[in-house]
Amino acid sequence: MKKILSIMFLFILISGCRQEPAGNGNQAVTAISDEPAYGDALVAGSIGEPSILIPMLAGDSASHDVAGLIFNGLVKYHTDLSVIGDLAESWDISADGLVITFHLRKGVKWFDGVEFTAEDIMFGYKTIIDEKTPTAYQEDYLQVEKAEVLAPQTFRVTYRKPFAPALTSWGNLVVLPKHLLEGRDITKTDFGRNPVGLGRYKLRNWTPGQEVILESNRDYFQGRPYIDRYIYRIIPDPATMFLELKAGGIDLMGLTPIQYTKQTDTKHFVENFRKFRYPVFAYTYLGFNLRHPFFKDKRVRQAIACAIDKKEIVDVVLFGLGKPATGPYVPDTWPYNPNVRTCGYDLGKAKELLNLAGWADRDGDGVLEKDGSPFAFTILTNMGNSLRMNTATIIQRRLAKIGIKVDIRVLEWSTFINEFIDKRRFQAVILGWNIGLDPDQYDIWHSGKTKEKEFNFVGYNNPEVDELLEKGRRTFNMEERKKAYFRIQEILAEELPYIFLYVPDATPIIHARFRGIKPSPIGISYNLERWYVPKALQRHAAMQP
Amino acid sequence: MKRSPLKIYWQRLRENKLALTGGVMISSLFLIAVFASVLSPYDPNEIDRNNILNPPSLTHPLGTDELGRDIMSRMIWGSRISLAVGFVAVGIATLIGILLGSLAGYYGGWGERIIMRFIDIMLSIPTFFLILAVIAFVGPSIWNIMVIIGLTSWMGVARLVRAEFLTLKEREFVLAARALGVSDMMIILKHIMINSMAPVFVSAILGVASAILVESALSFLGLGVQPPTPSWGNILTSGKDNIEVAWWLSVFPGMAILITVMSYNLFGEGLRDATDPRLWRTGES
Amino acid sequence: MISFLAKRLLEMIPTLLGITILSFLIIHLAPGKPTDVLTEMNPKITPEARERLEKYYGLDKPLYVQYGLWLKRVVKFDFGESFSTDRRPVIAKIWDTKQPLMERRLFITFVINALSMLLIFLIAIPIGVFSATHQNSFADKVTTVTVFIGFAAPAFWLALLLMMLFGIQLGWLPISGLKSMDYDTLSFFGKVWDRAGHLILPVFISSFGGLAGLSRFMRGSMLEVIRQDYITAARAKGLREKEVVYRHALRNALLPIITLLGLAVPGLIGGSVIFENIFGIPGMGQLFYMSVMTRDYPLVMGILTIGAFLTLIGNLLADIGYMLADPRIRAK
Repeated sequence: MKKILSIMFLFILISGCRQEPAGNGNQAVTAISDEPAYGDALVAGSIGEPSILIPMLAGDSASHDVAGLIFNGLVKYHTDLSVIGDLAESWDISADGLVITFHLRKGVKWFDGVEFTAEDIMFGYKTIIDEKTPTAYQEDYLQVEKAEVLAPQTFRVTYRKPFAPALTSWGNLVVLPKHLLEGRDITKTDFGRNPVGLGRYKLRNWTPGQEVILESNRDYFQGRPYIDRYIYRIIPDPATMFLELKAGGIDLMGLTPIQYTKQTDTKHFVENFRKFRYPVFAYTYLGFNLRHPFFKDKRVRQAIACAIDKKEIVDVVLFGLGKPATGPYVPDTWPYNPNVRTCGYDLGKAKELLNLAGWADRDGDGVLEKDGSPFAFTILTNMGNSLRMNTATIIQRRLAKIGIKVDIRVLEWSTFINEFIDKRRFQAVILGWNIGLDPDQYDIWHSGKTKEKEFNFVGYNNPEVDELLEKGRRTFNMEERKKAYFRIQEILAEELPYIFLYVPDATPIIHARFRGIKPSPIGISYNLERWYVPKALQRHAAMQP
Repeated sequence: MKRSPLKIYWQRLRENKLALTGGVMISSLFLIAVFASVLSPYDPNEIDRNNILNPPSLTHPLGTDELGRDIMSRMIWGSRISLAVGFVAVGIATLIGILLGSLAGYYGGWGERIIMRFIDIMLSIPTFFLILAVIAFVGPSIWNIMVIIGLTSWMGVARLVRAEFLTLKEREFVLAARALGVSDMMIILKHIMINSMAPVFVSAILGVASAILVESALSFLGLGVQPPTPSWGNILTSGKDNIEVAWWLSVFPGMAILITVMSYNLFGEGLRDATDPRLWRTGES
Repeated sequence: MISFLAKRLLEMIPTLLGITILSFLIIHLAPGKPTDVLTEMNPKITPEARERLEKYYGLDKPLYVQYGLWLKRVVKFDFGESFSTDRRPVIAKIWDTKQPLMERRLFITFVINALSMLLIFLIAIPIGVFSATHQNSFADKVTTVTVFIGFAAPAFWLALLLMMLFGIQLGWLPISGLKSMDYDTLSFFGKVWDRAGHLILPVFISSFGGLAGLSRFMRGSMLEVIRQDYITAARAKGLREKEVVYRHALRNALLPIITLLGLAVPGLIGGSVIFENIFGIPGMGQLFYMSVMTRDYPLVMGILTIGAFLTLIGNLLADIGYMLADPRIRAK
């Protein structure tokens, strides 16, 4: 359950972004001419296979990863976190902030040679707000009162009320080629498997279960990417994937904390790879079903928070590659409130709070009871994420110490979401949110967003928070927004609908022959089209036409 | 010279060193599983942040895992889970197999035809697919795993029991019992059962080995006994991802499964050789 | 002979029906309606659309009618549409006519299983004969232990160890997948060699596990034959031991083995889930695993049915083999 914003931008944050030293072995490599050159291929490993390459229909990160290479948004984030043009060259915002007029880049072409125009944005916009389109990402666009095509290169949207994330929401990949899709049901066409985009790479070949091969778009409006092919290789087993990395079968993958700290410092890795580490715009949490009788009581949630040692989780599960979380924002960003009060790790207080809430071990079996029912519940989490599994195991262990019995169940992603989250059939979950750069989290916390499929699935309801959320998104004044979001964090820390656990670091590794990678607050992949391999180091033969 | 069959079996088994070794291994594992609480040096689920991924040492003879848990203790408790899965699954399979096999073998007729057809059907479905599907739909609890493995592995026993019945049915002692007016039920239970026990027992022993393997395969796919409850399968599975940094996480559970399954097989085979008169060596060889 | 075959074919029909009934029941007795998954993907699905879907899958009718309707479509290899986001027909996922033959899932699984089967027979039969003729010798014990190691080692673990040895340490073999990145630039023989290299480990893993069963069975069968009167008679006639073993005993001992050919198919297909996942091979086993995990019911049923169908074909082939080998049936 990721918010689309984050995935589409691959938002990643600044602070502490650092690049591991390439090591001594690299000297030999740097002696080779470092001229940018066209050619070679980048092979990325992925556990999952994309399902559909229409961004607004896709729910999985593999689809978004690939679709993000094929499509572009109107705007994007610069490495200094300011908003810059992408498909739009510039834009005007009216004084009241309600009207945005985009002036589009000229000469941008879809892969089939047809020129990209404002009609394509209009078409994408209409598609995403269409009731019949099965998308989870329409909320931001429902705020638009009126969208108009003023000229082939001019697109204007008017909002009913001030909407702070308005501009950045147009960074999402909503444009679709009208000339190919108009009048057709996009869920029924084969566009999702054979998309025509306008981005850095285009789909060349997709062999189900094996690989998705993308080739560079020579007419890309930001210039032809240096790397000829981007190959997305599907390897379902993480152990196999790591062996492939070692053997040279893939060039790029995300490392687990153990792999990052313990397995990649050998001579072989230091000479042949570079690894990166930066905090991401994401946090992992333990969420409670607030409709459940156990968790209705605030004191119970506070007790559980006191019994969990976040530091232990960060040290053990993340090997220190991350930070404890205190709220739904990432430390060192502007909406982050560093002064919220948290319980810390305090078993005495946890027991006391549970006693106050009426829980006591009356039959001496080590498990607390209240009204005859023992305090036992199940934490659900998704499969294929050993970090979350280990987190759950630690929480289980720690809660046992205060007399709470926890079971853990691991579920496949789509089953988890469809059958358990959406049907509200859960007691507690360990999940993560990818959050955007904009602090608006209306969808997650507002009491009006608790219907099936909506993101406030824990059922959180606090009128003050509702009001603050509304306030935060309806003003362009940074100070006011900050105040609203600071207050929200204080309330959340007190009421604990989630226990915010940690903010993980991203730890990708990439083969050292790739040059031009410039780590930034928004990660590494933002300038993929500028990555290159010096001619002498190119490994894969030129592409056959 | 007349000797009881048990004595002959034993004598023949004793000559087979591989089978004996297997038998000894099985018995010691059994003891380990029974006395897990005494033998295990640590709480198998105790997390220790100061001892993460420690290689084997005096304090942790088989090392520790990524949460600092003692592998030896997890292996000892895991033996209990793994063996339990094997025994319960095989128990279910054997019961079903004996029931259907003896019904088919004793009564014959259309009942037999239906049962045999059902066996054919079950043998034609890739049972591992069936197990996967059912467990994914109902959830991978340890009971579900035992029951489903049991429900999909009874066919061999059923065939065996039926075949034994067919050969025994016409033998004098059964005919004699029938002539004396002993009820069908009694005949089935008393005479034929006892006589066909040896091959069933052998196949049950081999079945335990298979069930342990199926559980580890399910664990690999995330559908086995759910961690943190330790089973050899899930210890091995979580160990495999760190195979390069911590060999002890996968070598010990892997070897445990290998040796156990092998012991069951060698013992089972030896037992089959010993109890199958057709394979008894005559004077010349 | 023809009548024997015809009889076997006719007998397969009720079995096939039984298999479809069984898979159908399993799916439909699972909690929740199959269409739940589909409709819940889309919160905005209208009641009419839901109804239409339920009608499409016939969920408004009694179970036996549903089964009849489903069967009617299955006969034409129409397993319906997958529930996954791409909504492709099930059959296109299993047998994708848009892909070259060698990239179709069913074909991939079939090739690997056929190769393993071949390998198993080629290796296990000599081992079995050898063990029987050298019963209880040291060499017999070594082979026994070796084949049991193959059976007893968890396949995914062994696969990883071999990948580390041959893929990393020695660098002789590729680690996963079906072909190299530069496959398209290779010459014809280069391509063949490349594919063969990728198949070595998976085929080895999937056949190593099957050796034990067959070689032990062969050993038993051989031991049994050797003790029979006509062999003793042949010996008594003064025939050379080799001739006795290979001309007379082997032929008779092989007969029951042929039946095993059919019985081995489901085991191999089942095992493909494991090695296809660990080796990243896009075959039917991997597809089945994904379909099960995402509760893609039409796909699950489609693969179960096709898997069973393959097994029956294996059985039929075994029958034909048996018929060709056994003079008693041939004569009829």
